[in-house]
Amino acid sequence: MTAPLISFKDFSFQYNSQTEPTLRHLNLDIYPGEKVLIAGPSGSGKSTLGRCLNGLIPQSYPGKLTGQAVINGHDISHSSIFELSMDVGTVLQDPDSQFVGLTVVEDMAFSLENDQQTQPAMQQATAKWAQTLDLNQLLTHRPQELSGGQKQRVSMAGVLIDNSKILLFDEPLASLDPASGKASMALIDQLTHTEDLTVVIIEHRIEDVLQQPIDRLIVMQDGAIVANDRPETILRQSLMAQLGLREPLYLSALKLAGVDLDDCTHLDSLAALTVPNLTTTLQQWTAGVTLNTPTVHADPLLQITDLNFGYSPDKPIIKDLSVTLNRGEMISLVGQNGTGKSTLSNLITGFLTPQSGALTFNGKSLADQSVKERADHIGYILQDPNQMLSKTLIYDEVAAGLTLRGVAADEIEERVLATLKVCGLYEFRHWPISALSFGQKKRVTIAAILVLRPEMIILDEPTAGQDLQHYTEMMNFLTQLNRDQAITIMLITHDMHLMLEYTDRTIVLGGGNILMDAAPADVLTNETIIDQASLAKTSLYTLAEQHQLNPTEFVAKFVQAEREAR
Amino acid sequence: MNNQLLIGYDDRHTFLNRLSGSTKLLCFVGLSIIGMMTYDTRYLIGIMIFSLIVFHFSKIKYRDVKFVVNVIIGFSVLNLVMVYVFAPHYGVSIYGTEHLLLGSANHYFNLTTEQLFYEFNLLLKYTFAVPLALIFLMTTNPSEFAASLNKIGISYRVSYSVAIALRYIPDVQNDYRTISLAQQARGFEMSKKANFMTRIRGGVQILLPLIFSSLDRIEVISQAMELRRFGKGKKRTWYMAQKFQRNDYLALAIVALLIIIGIALFKVNGGRFWNPFKI
Repeated sequence: MTAPLISFKDFSFQYNSQTEPTLRHLNLDIYPGEKVLIAGPSGSGKSTLGRCLNGLIPQSYPGKLTGQAVINGHDISHSSIFELSMDVGTVLQDPDSQFVGLTVVEDMAFSLENDQQTQPAMQQATAKWAQTLDLNQLLTHRPQELSGGQKQRVSMAGVLIDNSKILLFDEPLASLDPASGKASMALIDQLTHTEDLTVVIIEHRIEDVLQQPIDRLIVMQDGAIVANDRPETILRQSLMAQLGLREPLYLSALKLAGVDLDDCTHLDSLAALTVPNLTTTLQQWTAGVTLNTPTVHADPLLQITDLNFGYSPDKPIIKDLSVTLNRGEMISLVGQNGTGKSTLSNLITGFLTPQSGALTFNGKSLADQSVKERADHIGYILQDPNQMLSKTLIYDEVAAGLTLRGVAADEIEERVLATLKVCGLYEFRHWPISALSFGQKKRVTIAAILVLRPEMIILDEPTAGQDLQHYTEMMNFLTQLNRDQAITIMLITHDMHLMLEYTDRTIVLGGGNILMDAAPADVLTNETIIDQASLAKTSLYTLAEQHQLNPTEFVAKFVQAEREAR
Repeated sequence: MNNQLLIGYDDRHTFLNRLSGSTKLLCFVGLSIIGMMTYDTRYLIGIMIFSLIVFHFSKIKYRDVKFVVNVIIGFSVLNLVMVYVFAPHYGVSIYGTEHLLLGSANHYFNLTTEQLFYEFNLLLKYTFAVPLALIFLMTTNPSEFAASLNKIGISYRVSYSVAIALRYIPDVQNDYRTISLAQQARGFEMSKKANFMTRIRGGVQILLPLIFSSLDRIEVISQAMELRRFGKGKKRTWYMAQKFQRNDYLALAIVALLIIIGIALFKVNGGRFWNPFKI
């Protein structure tokens, strides 16, 4: 039996700034050649575990460390980050923020420069990895100009160039569109074999990672490992939901149809999944569900006609775009990275001015309204809450918009407190914003917009970086706003779960115009659109196809059943 | 979006582009120092013509640098005026003679040939250095910038932080824009409609989130750099560094010669000043 490459023995770690240990008594062995997925809700300690693997703990994040952690023969408490970086290559979550070089090739060579290698040696190494990762055409580009998938390949090249045998990915899917995410997972799998790597992936989007085989799934909760086994075994036990993780969609579908998971084999891979009589079971289930007639929203709120925009005339970003959003709708806006989703919302909110075209809100033209005036009706919530928060206390932050609009003091208090209650922030009202988690901050920004009583809210990636529990809370909250206060909500997202399960209408942007405008189930079962807009087939679609069901009908019925169960 | 900095590098395919960054930096620094020290008008005119000729060969278009040049001219004129306002007799005290052009000798504000001549020397100093600085900035690949700083003896950590700061300028500008608009949407009137004080206060509102988001960036980038062993050794190599070639040695030799002439003139003139009044 081979010795483990990574070995944690009764390992605990407590940050100096925290009163409780973040990791408790971990015992974990990872063997050479394994591909391991570490999953867990926010605050479960999975990122901390990642930092122990690459040496940021205890070097950059000092703290109290007990037990033993050995990586490729190096005890982490006695090794420098530099030593460990020869064993473990780390690809951080946000590729944009980790590029050091001004061009792709320099970024690839960065660690070799630090090792004081000669120029010919560096040229040879960069040429080799540019070939392997298909970056030859991009070497002289600025990394910032690349697409999400290309950026990730550059980051990977920058660490693979060290020939380290362990590769650590911190949420590799977070900033990729579904199609690039899929490609990225396939590439990682391929490299695992060709380069003889041991791969550790930290990610909470389990279904997307499981598109490629994973040897072991490690689930963390409250700083401890609560499951450590083959993915199939863990999936079979239906532990996911209890542990605050989302189980793959096809699995939920199997359960809905009443399939006993004990009868199934290859639960972790849809392609290999075998269940006795599955076709019949699914067909019976589908026949047994009748689709409700969808609620019709026919009161136009925002009308966009022939909108045109581009930074330079020869490269239009939005081209003759026309669409009508109705009051009370819950809409998802999807499309490839850089296809103009954010540009469209910036045009609606007045952050950008269109070259031509008309925007009418509630029958009134928006053209002569300033950013501030539009904001009275249309709230825009940026992806990064840190870009919106400017006060130190939550109460002040939420009150800011009203104060600036000259609302009377007692009315401000009443409205702020009411909004804080709706957003579940009432208990925190005297807290400093800096003490909040990312998800809570996001909620403060929503509260700060909501207090202005907008008729429409646009949210950019509302659930990014949030685990299932916070995700569900956030989305239930938005659904409630949409239903009870008839606020029109438009979500810009890459998350196909989100569009499928929470929105009624999906607008697919591509090439400056609308590629498709239909129910989410129709969009996600249209192969041409999936391809054009860099979406990906969901496992539901594949499942339906495998068993001779009408995919659109099956997906729609599944979504309906899920919503009813919620 | 316009991601170009105020002054932008572009490969203009001239011999100046092919010189190594270190050569250009050394030449620029060397000539600037000697030019700032000497007040020999003949010499200053000489290197000014030299720098203008080189500037012509660099193929830098005037419209690319119009803004920067105008700013520099503005400041130079202001500077010359201020020199006159604060020391209208400085020329007289340097050159030892007094040739009155305007006013009388007892007045504070009079005009002498000596003062004009002295300020003319100052003007020459500004004009010769500006084209050289522009040449250095606009023909040196930003990637080579850090490498050349490092080569002339500045520690690579400092060199790299300069390079990184340059690289982050567009990102921070974008952040600023987004934050500013988000604040406007909340109700801070930042457009020209609002009065000056309101806009200043609005600016402060943007500063806080901008600082926080920049601090986040710094934390991530420094981790990313550490994870790729930045700071491990006393030295590092540079992928983009250029080896010295014949032209580099040639350029350095020419500049060295110019500097030696400058120093020799100190001896000839018996000091930093060339005095045409003393006959």
